[in-house]
Amino acid sequence: MINKYAQTIKSELISNKKVGAYHHLVFEVGTMASHVRPGNFVAISVGGPTSSMVLRRAFAIHRSMDRGASGGVIELVVAPHGNGSKWLTSLPIGSYVKLTGPLGTSFGIPTEQVRALLVGGGYGSAPLFGLAEVLKSRGSRVDMVLGASTAGKIYAPIEGKRSVNSMTITTDDGSAGVHGRVSDVLPEIIERNSCEIIYSCGPMAMLAAISEIADKYNLIHQCAVEESMACGIGICMTCVIPLVDDEGQIRMQRSCIAGPVVDGERVIWNTGGSIPEGTLGAL
Amino acid sequence: MTFNFATQFGKSEFPNPIFTASGCAGSGKELAQFFDLRELGAVVTKSIMRKPRSGRPTPRMAETPSGMLNSIGLQGPGIEEFLAHDIPWLKAHDSRIIVSIAGETIEDYAFLAKRLNSVAGISALEVNISCPNVENRGQVFSCDPVTAAAAIDAVRRNISDTMPIIAKLSPDVTDIAAIAESCVTAGADALALINTLLGMVIDTNTMLPKLGGKTGGLSGPAIRPIAVRAIYQVRARLPHIGILGMGGVSNGNDALEMVLAGANGISVGTATFGNPTAPVEIKNELENLLISKGFDSFAEAVGFAHRDPSANRSKN
Repeated sequence: MINKYAQTIKSELISNKKVGAYHHLVFEVGTMASHVRPGNFVAISVGGPTSSMVLRRAFAIHRSMDRGASGGVIELVVAPHGNGSKWLTSLPIGSYVKLTGPLGTSFGIPTEQVRALLVGGGYGSAPLFGLAEVLKSRGSRVDMVLGASTAGKIYAPIEGKRSVNSMTITTDDGSAGVHGRVSDVLPEIIERNSCEIIYSCGPMAMLAAISEIADKYNLIHQCAVEESMACGIGICMTCVIPLVDDEGQIRMQRSCIAGPVVDGERVIWNTGGSIPEGTLGAL
Repeated sequence: MTFNFATQFGKSEFPNPIFTASGCAGSGKELAQFFDLRELGAVVTKSIMRKPRSGRPTPRMAETPSGMLNSIGLQGPGIEEFLAHDIPWLKAHDSRIIVSIAGETIEDYAFLAKRLNSVAGISALEVNISCPNVENRGQVFSCDPVTAAAAIDAVRRNISDTMPIIAKLSPDVTDIAAIAESCVTAGADALALINTLLGMVIDTNTMLPKLGGKTGGLSGPAIRPIAVRAIYQVRARLPHIGILGMGGVSNGNDALEMVLAGANGISVGTATFGNPTAPVEIKNELENLLISKGFDSFAEAVGFAHRDPSANRSKN
């Protein structure tokens, strides 16, 4: 079912700062902010009223702040790699966009204290900082591992680093932190800190590798998946992934509605986009 | 005098001529988060098939200039689960319902029609004989007047005479009006014009087709002139048949263009992906435009572009 708080608004851009390879954007969203949970995303129209780009762009919410009567804000971390995200990151402060949110599922957060391991790939780290704050406020231990191809693509703001107990960086080219991938360092960190739950966000191949490690250590793995979307609200049927339902049946399910946060154990990984054997229709 | 916005397909009446487009609104539940479904003429459901179907591999979409390609491949839960969950939900929310059906064989169409014949609360059937996202392009029934008629005939024989049948046609044919005529002879009350056009995008980085299914259906404003042309041609050939127009309608003016070409109703599809409230906005804009141009009723504007150009230049 679609996020019951989802609404469509005109939203003002109130801050736009370049951070490494990314842009940190802040939008006024009024009462929407109070309904945002870590892992939720928004869908934004790009290109203006005469745009030839007809589809919305989906962005994980980095953080949200409910400021009561003065209205809330959400923060996004956007990589300007396509025409839509380039347009968005080039907007001057004071511009308005059409924005729909909050969308999708959120990370399940236990009420009791846990020893949590947060793993992000590239700008996939964005939603993990809001999650870290919630976990810390409940007295949980939070270890974080961030990986990217190169140092400039690690998104780790200073206040974010402060909000975790430990931070490990990996880069494919060795330009920062450990030379390698996040999956290379996870076993040691899990064992050292007796982690009980993994939260992750990033490219599908990374999530698949983390899921394998979570299986091995018998840990809960909540991951925010990534599949190309046209609408973000559950009507275009393009963002499907194979998920195992409660009855053990594989179904193609929409990552914008059943996800983006799903139980890693339920995902059929490494299908390369093909439909796994035994899949029964789609929801 | 109040403006009469109502329209009709076969024997079914609708309070206004704006519908969702099949495959662009799921089964209505998600859009109900953004507006009251009763505001629409009807919800046209995704095309339902006999059995559950998982659809085509991902990636399933690619944005194109003023449009998009999709290659969903008619994924769905199958007719039984659809009847158990989706129809009761729509009825509980007082939505008018047009059920879209699709088959792989003529027998599938007969089966689906028979199954739906006993289901109450359906205003019309859209018979999708033109989905481009099937394994064998040769099976697109609407590419040939004989197979198109066979599919429509199978539905007509297995459903009540009072149930309107809307045949959904592909624009990827030489003479769409001939296919339309063939469907009407076989028992269709109306035509849905147009389904997506078959297209392809190649990723110049990977140097491979961008879609998992390689080809996909092109939709959005890029195809609107083709839709307007198809509607105009079919209206010229069949002056009294119902036409549900669609193809890139994004605002009231786009909808008006199709109405003038001959559409008795407009389905809004791709525009909803970019703007969840698009169907309701388009409905309000179209009504205001028709009133501002001096029409007393929606019906009066249908096909208005077919009049003699030397006659009065405008409605006013």
